[in-house]
Amino acid sequence: MRSKVADSSVVRSRAQGFSAAARQVFGRGFGPGFWIAAGWLLLVALCAVFADWLPVRDPIDPVIANRLNGPLTTNILGADGLGRDILARLVHGARVSVVIALTAVSIGMVIGGTLGILAGYFRGHFERGLMAVLDVILAFPWLVLLLALVAFIGQSLAAISVAIGFLWIPAYARVARANTLSVVQREYVLAARAMGASTLRILLREVLPNVILPVLAYGLVAMGLVIIVESALAFLGLSVEAPQPTWGGMISEGKRHLATAVHVALVPSITMFFTVLSLNYVGDRLRSRFDVRESNL
Amino acid sequence: MRLLTRKLPWLIGTLLAVSFFTFMLVSLLPGDPAVMILGAGGVSPEAVAQLRLELGLDRPLVIRYFDWLGSALSGDLGRSPMTGQAVTDAILSRLPVTIQLGTMAIVIALTLAIPLAMVSAYFAGSRLDRGISGLGFALMSVPGFMMAIFLILVFAVGLGWFPATGWVPLSESPAGNLQSAILPAMSLAMIELALYMRLLRTDLIDTLQQDYITLARAKGLPNWLILTRHALRPSSFSLMTVVGLQLGGVISGAIIVEEIFALPGVGRLLYQSILQRDLLMVQGIVLFIATAYVVVNFLVDLCYSLLDPRVRYAE
Repeated sequence: MRSKVADSSVVRSRAQGFSAAARQVFGRGFGPGFWIAAGWLLLVALCAVFADWLPVRDPIDPVIANRLNGPLTTNILGADGLGRDILARLVHGARVSVVIALTAVSIGMVIGGTLGILAGYFRGHFERGLMAVLDVILAFPWLVLLLALVAFIGQSLAAISVAIGFLWIPAYARVARANTLSVVQREYVLAARAMGASTLRILLREVLPNVILPVLAYGLVAMGLVIIVESALAFLGLSVEAPQPTWGGMISEGKRHLATAVHVALVPSITMFFTVLSLNYVGDRLRSRFDVRESNL
Repeated sequence: MRLLTRKLPWLIGTLLAVSFFTFMLVSLLPGDPAVMILGAGGVSPEAVAQLRLELGLDRPLVIRYFDWLGSALSGDLGRSPMTGQAVTDAILSRLPVTIQLGTMAIVIALTLAIPLAMVSAYFAGSRLDRGISGLGFALMSVPGFMMAIFLILVFAVGLGWFPATGWVPLSESPAGNLQSAILPAMSLAMIELALYMRLLRTDLIDTLQQDYITLARAKGLPNWLILTRHALRPSSFSLMTVVGLQLGGVISGAIIVEEIFALPGVGRLLYQSILQRDLLMVQGIVLFIATAYVVVNFLVDLCYSLLDPRVRYAE
């Protein structure tokens, strides 16, 4: 019955052209804003991957003659206080933001998600113990914890990623636990148990597929926050060390030239703002599209 | 009262765990504190051993923890080996700045967020609502330090209304104090504003669909009265909880904002102590901040249970 309806709608829409057909299958479109944001994110990701091969100047080569030159002069986006090309530094700095965003969110998702699912499924002492530990971690303001962690494990790209990833474990554990708690009460979990499925099988085949979507949906917004956190650290001079350019570090350097050359701080600020805004926007739209509760299934 | 006796053990347990975590976090930092105090090169091992003995670093970690906790409870967090200042004095002398900054930020954020969220929720789905929500969305994508730089650019460098850095104590000149505090407080407030607004809007939309709101409308009460008297009150409780939980964010923001505006607050003290590897100072400040955070949220939770009739009668 259901497939018949779908068939007829596809047939009807084929006559109306491809875009209409796509709309029939996928529902209302995302709108131009979504695609602009997604395109920007793709651009940033490509810059991060191909930074070394892109036709930009050397990001750490100071050309004194270009010092503080504005955009569209000797350099397309201007030069910073040491005469380094801002466009090149932005492209290479994207690498730090992208790598840290991906690894930190993955770390939080995998460790926090696993702990949350186990706590939600087994309950009892383990759940209470875990929640107590998470409460204690959450009692420390994130920057305080991060500064202490970075002092402990150093300032390499990997260390910063791990430190920021650690911050995300409590949030992900809570999301995963809450979702697991509601999934475990469903009939299909009871049915699986009645059929004699092992605990591991129930966790992997029944619980995980139903918990993973809300956890993943949180991912893009979390990446936006990770970029903000990393840039705050870089602004304080405690992220990945020089000469590697970072967006936060560029803004921090630009602060010194606010009165004379605004672009040094402004260009990286705008770049970062659009990146985080795009992550928030795309993440939010995808979440409302795939969130079971909101999209009246 | 029964509530208090039930929740107090939880509070004490959390505080103990927080103090232990703080101690371990800082004690496990790399580097020998004694070597760091004396300076790296050309110090005899005997001198290092002597200082380790004086600092009590030769004793087991657990004993040092209870020692430290014991004196912390009597208000003594040790003396910074770098500056010679007592940690407690250093914190207390800088505390007023951070408290003033945080309070101003929260007050600014609330006075802007509440009316905006009410308008947004009342006209939910309209162009106005989408504009306000979009503004909140954009604000959430701006890190605190970027907002600070933007405000400096416009109001200090451009218009010259406020100083870009520096702090005037309240006792010296109230007007100057306000002038030096307004930009840092604004940069802190903007991020909180977005969060408060988003939460309150969702909550208010939910509340406005309740039956008693329909009843109030049917009685012919004016809209502003329904919004302020009937809708805002139940929603204010969840707002209160978020304000409490967001204190951690305010403190994190204060570290950066105090550093940018060169304000003599606790956040800046912490940052500079970390840079100088002044471990005792770091330990003391982290313990202080975390304790304050836990206690404030405990009090918020308690007020919530006492003030909200829905929770009070459920007890």
